[in-house]
Amino acid sequence: MKIAVCIKQVPDTTEVRLDPKTNTLIRDGVPSIINPDDKAALEAALRIKDGAGASVTAICMGPPQADVALREALAMGCDNAILLSAREFGGSDTYATATILAAALKKGDYDLIIAGRQAIDGDTAQVGPQVAERLGIPQISYAEEIRAEADGVVVKRQYEDCYHLIEAKFPCLVTVLAEAVQPRHMTVRGTVEAYAADIPVLGFEDLKDGLNPDWIGLKGSPTNVVKSFAKQLKGQGIRLAGLSEDEAVNTIVQKLDELCII
Amino acid sequence: MGKDIYVVIEQRKGRVQKVGLELLGEAQRLAADLGQQVVAVLMGHNVAQKAQGLVHSGADRVILVDDPMLETYVTEPYARALTAVIEKFDPEILLFGATSIGRDLAPRVAARVHTGLTADCTALEIDPEEKLLLMTRPAFGGNLMATIVCRDYRPQMATVRPGVMKRLEPDAARTGAVEKLEVAFTPADMNVKVQQVCQHEGKAVDITAAKVLVAGGRGVGGPDGYAPLHALAAELSGEVAATRIGVDSGWIEKDRQVGQTGKTVRPQLYMACGVSGALQHVAGMEESDFIIAINRDENAPIMAMADLAVVGDLNTMVPKLTRAIQQHKAQKAQD
Repeated sequence: MKIAVCIKQVPDTTEVRLDPKTNTLIRDGVPSIINPDDKAALEAALRIKDGAGASVTAICMGPPQADVALREALAMGCDNAILLSAREFGGSDTYATATILAAALKKGDYDLIIAGRQAIDGDTAQVGPQVAERLGIPQISYAEEIRAEADGVVVKRQYEDCYHLIEAKFPCLVTVLAEAVQPRHMTVRGTVEAYAADIPVLGFEDLKDGLNPDWIGLKGSPTNVVKSFAKQLKGQGIRLAGLSEDEAVNTIVQKLDELCII
Repeated sequence: MGKDIYVVIEQRKGRVQKVGLELLGEAQRLAADLGQQVVAVLMGHNVAQKAQGLVHSGADRVILVDDPMLETYVTEPYARALTAVIEKFDPEILLFGATSIGRDLAPRVAARVHTGLTADCTALEIDPEEKLLLMTRPAFGGNLMATIVCRDYRPQMATVRPGVMKRLEPDAARTGAVEKLEVAFTPADMNVKVQQVCQHEGKAVDITAAKVLVAGGRGVGGPDGYAPLHALAAELSGEVAATRIGVDSGWIEKDRQVGQTGKTVRPQLYMACGVSGALQHVAGMEESDFIIAINRDENAPIMAMADLAVVGDLNTMVPKLTRAIQQHKAQKAQD
């Protein structure tokens, strides 16, 4: 069984702060991590490898320094890693990103493609389904569990009010939730080997047979960001400090009474 | 170029989900700016009787695709049906609820018809000059807002978070045509097999419907820390909500999470107990009518946005507050 896992390197958004003067993101010193849902996707693939046996290839599109994410994937136990990196790919929205990923995935003839449901920097959840559409294969998103069988998978698919057990034959694409599985740690030996590994880089020239240049990068993206801005927070209300607890409690009760809540 | 604003109405077991009605209300507002109509797209099996209610809630027309293939949500049959609607009617704008169905269907269809899609929007406007849809959404975990356009492709597609837009009061006097569209499905469209559908046990908590939410953050300290919040919420006829830390740590169920990766809520009262006010959390609750924060750290960001900010320890304050409310109610009952 051949499995590909699509991963993204993201800034740890829990560490991102706004510069109060310029209202821009302070990204200096913010660590880059494997997107949490994608790390769960790696774990899900490696569990299939541990069980039924499979070769697992991690694929990441990003700048050259995104190889760090791929090295971490190798250190977790992936067999291969591929970096998709080219100037032509820069500025891609989800449609363009999916177009590029699909072109690379087509070369590999994978049975199963696993991706994280969504990335914490963009939160769109769109790339997985759009890759599946570009490849013309079924998708199952929001997976809590994946069970591999000889010719397909059975997936526990989460909805707000229920779950479905869905069976799909290979080839298919599954997107998984970070809470689905706890990712394993890198092994020491794996880490040493991963940092020495040569990670192949596929650029535009390598993929251009399967890639329409008008459909990728900033210019090929159907959506464009026209404005970004810091959110206007609500102004300061009443602040109670230095009161005794009983005084503070009384003030809250009076306010709840005023608001007709009690 | 396309015409009219189409809203995909999500139904589950024949029940129309409220986000669809919220979107009809929003679409009416946008349609007035464009001088166009609002069209509801209702897909399912034996759901025709729901069409009139959509007209009452703001649809000028309803496109109905009713077929046994659409009995249960499965991506491909729904994608095929919706693609048929797009190809036949050429919508200018197409809106979805940002639910686990909308966020599965919309990207698939956007890629199929080759257009742009903006996820999880919190505000929509029509640009007065170009008449483009301006789609605004949070990014970077709610740290930044981005406004996005889709200039060259149609329909302009967006998913919108439930609870953000306001539905119209249903008006039984409204009238609108219901048009049935037959889609030529083939058995191959059912490209996966749903083996089993399992409802979640018990009644799912719907924090988006609660008028009062008592939210616990990191300060509750562990799974047992929510018990006093439940007592307070019960006294206020509300529900308990949570932040990401509580859910990620396994202290409390995901249903109750408020924020960028949880739910968007706008209750009358949001009482934030031991909640620091990380932007990804604030993104889900800032529209609350009144916010009370109880926090030991007077510099926590939540304290700067609360209508009433109380510096104190929730572990002692919350039980005291619960008792004080009980006494207040008893007093009122006597008066």
